[in-house]
Amino acid sequence: MNASNSFKSSVVVALDDIQLQTALDRGTTRAVNGRISAMGETSAAPELRAQARAARLRALNQLPELLDTLERNVTANGGAVLWARTGAEANDTILQICREHGVRRVTKGKSMVTEESGLNHVLEAHDIEINESDLGEYIIQLAHEPPSHIVFPMLHKTKEATAELLHEKLGMPMTDKPEDMTRFVRGVMRRKYIEADLGISGVNFAIAETGTIITVENEGNNRLSCSTPKIHIAVMGLEKVLATWHDWTTLAQLLPRSATGQRMTVYTNLMSGPKREHEPDGPEKFYLLILDNGRSDMLAGEFAESLACIRCGACLNVCPVYQNIGGHAYGWVYPGPIGSIVSPLLQGIQKAPSLPYASSLCGACQAACPVDIAIPDMLLKLRRDLVKVHDPASASLPWRIGMRAWRIGMRSPLLYRIGGKLAAVGTRLLARNGKITRLPGILGGWTKSRDFPAFPAESFRERLAQKKKRVESQSRESE
Amino acid sequence: MAKTALFVTCIVDMVFPDTGEATLEILEKAGVRAEFPEGQTCCGQPAFNSGFQEDARDVARQFIRTFAGYDHIVTPSGSCAAMVRHYYPELFAHDSLRDQALHVAAHTWELSEYLVDVLGITDLGTTLPKPMRAVIHDACHGMRGLGISQQPRTLLSHVRNLELGVLNGHDQCCGFGGLFAVKMSDISGAMLNDKLANITTSDADFVITSDCSCLMHMNGGLSRRNSPKRVVHLAEVLAGRVAA
Repeated sequence: MNASNSFKSSVVVALDDIQLQTALDRGTTRAVNGRISAMGETSAAPELRAQARAARLRALNQLPELLDTLERNVTANGGAVLWARTGAEANDTILQICREHGVRRVTKGKSMVTEESGLNHVLEAHDIEINESDLGEYIIQLAHEPPSHIVFPMLHKTKEATAELLHEKLGMPMTDKPEDMTRFVRGVMRRKYIEADLGISGVNFAIAETGTIITVENEGNNRLSCSTPKIHIAVMGLEKVLATWHDWTTLAQLLPRSATGQRMTVYTNLMSGPKREHEPDGPEKFYLLILDNGRSDMLAGEFAESLACIRCGACLNVCPVYQNIGGHAYGWVYPGPIGSIVSPLLQGIQKAPSLPYASSLCGACQAACPVDIAIPDMLLKLRRDLVKVHDPASASLPWRIGMRAWRIGMRSPLLYRIGGKLAAVGTRLLARNGKITRLPGILGGWTKSRDFPAFPAESFRERLAQKKKRVESQSRESE
Repeated sequence: MAKTALFVTCIVDMVFPDTGEATLEILEKAGVRAEFPEGQTCCGQPAFNSGFQEDARDVARQFIRTFAGYDHIVTPSGSCAAMVRHYYPELFAHDSLRDQALHVAAHTWELSEYLVDVLGITDLGTTLPKPMRAVIHDACHGMRGLGISQQPRTLLSHVRNLELGVLNGHDQCCGFGGLFAVKMSDISGAMLNDKLANITTSDADFVITSDCSCLMHMNGGLSRRNSPKRVVHLAEVLAGRVAA
């Protein structure tokens, strides 16, 4: 099955999945309302948004210098910075550290870049136990499912399905209360932190000027995971850097509001290197692993702005496409509108040729984006590129022929009138009671769930011409 | 006096001539004698949105040639106006028609924004044949692309016999998206379902929107479901052409 057919069949499956539809409806509605009310509390949301955008674009413009500064400062703090060009390289580096320190057990906080690299599978293949520590991530790890949302990894699962899973896999007594499920998992997880030799985390932002990494979270799992084991590896995509703490003060106001509808998350972790001599706890070793995986190629081109993304997930929540098909149908780590840009760019456009078309271009994503990324414009540019490389997702032969015919007809007023006349005759032949219930060929998709109107016998311009004629003849008669 | 042209759009020309006539009627009421240049066809959006930028440019060239000589170009579609305003400058950035492209981009208006923002008109003196309730569906490109939200509401608030309510999810896409409705018809159909659920449960007599493409999509869905509800174009309401 080619990439575009596999997207279409995933969509059909998703649309028919009642459990998924219930979960999506609950999850996205809650997230959208949360964001709107939290943003409403700020006195100057548009200005805040403009500042956040400026901070991110400034960071991208100075990226090489900022990454140098970050490396210098992390090193000065006693940490080590490691670089990986690809996901595979990142996994190898982590595996190397595990070997060096005899690591057997790992706990991990939420991290999308390690989803990109497929780290969990690699560690498991080398007999290293890895436990996701974020509640949602842990639950889908038990279910052997990938995350379906950047912020709410188990948004595709209802609480009812979750209770069944925990009951089946871990013997939890059945309950419909999320609080009870959380308490149960907490009990399971505590021991894992104590036993772990290594904690892995993602990075929300790295502050270049002091070499500090920041993670925001609500469960305290990330803090435990980063500080209990004797080694901490933080993994970040190379775009996640901010120049200054001042920039962070702007983004700190927007990230939780946009992501979870909170003024602040319960925990904001600022980590500057390993434990110092006088400190009672914290990791003895700290590594910051910086992953490229296609990002520097994006930085050079017209899609650079998509690297300003702060992974809040707001564009997913408001997207009517995401709301209907959920995250898994997108087929890779990053779903939703931003995923439809980033996934084709990071993996290669031929691997995800349908995603740029999985949008009605309604613009709800850009309106919700805390850094105002021009998502619809970038989807249009990707479509342009797909047409250029003759990808069948954009342009199978009938589409190309249709588009050519349209172009020839529309650039000449005479052919346009003839085409309009033919369309009027054609639609009137196909119609019963003024409506068409089945359109032929590549247009058949329309009539799957909607009727198509028969065109009136006379176009607007024909009516106008006749009216003009009538007026003229009347004025001649009166002369 | 400013020279004003009506760009009726291809869909209104071929499928919804009543909307075109209502638009001319309103403009006349507003004291504007708009010309209808015969050379007009389409703005190029169907090709542009599908990635066929070369084809779109070719068709847009016809638009520019037809309308470059006018001071204002008014159209009963937020989507087509947004296409001209936002994407023509980019499409013709390195073209001999660049200056004309910039001119039409800066002077093409959706009907309600032309009336309210350019002419400063808020009351067209319209009266509906009997008291009716309606709600608005905000068409995406007009709302997010051009910032149109208050203009139609201002105009409609002065229509006698019309009570305006609020449609649940009024700012949510109907799922049309041009060829999206054909190429991704399953997703589009699911979005349409969400929209129609809100329309059929509202107590309004009809829904008002300012883009005939969204209108055709929603009415196609209502017709398929044998619903008595209908979506009506803003211009027809403002012209008082609503069946009692």
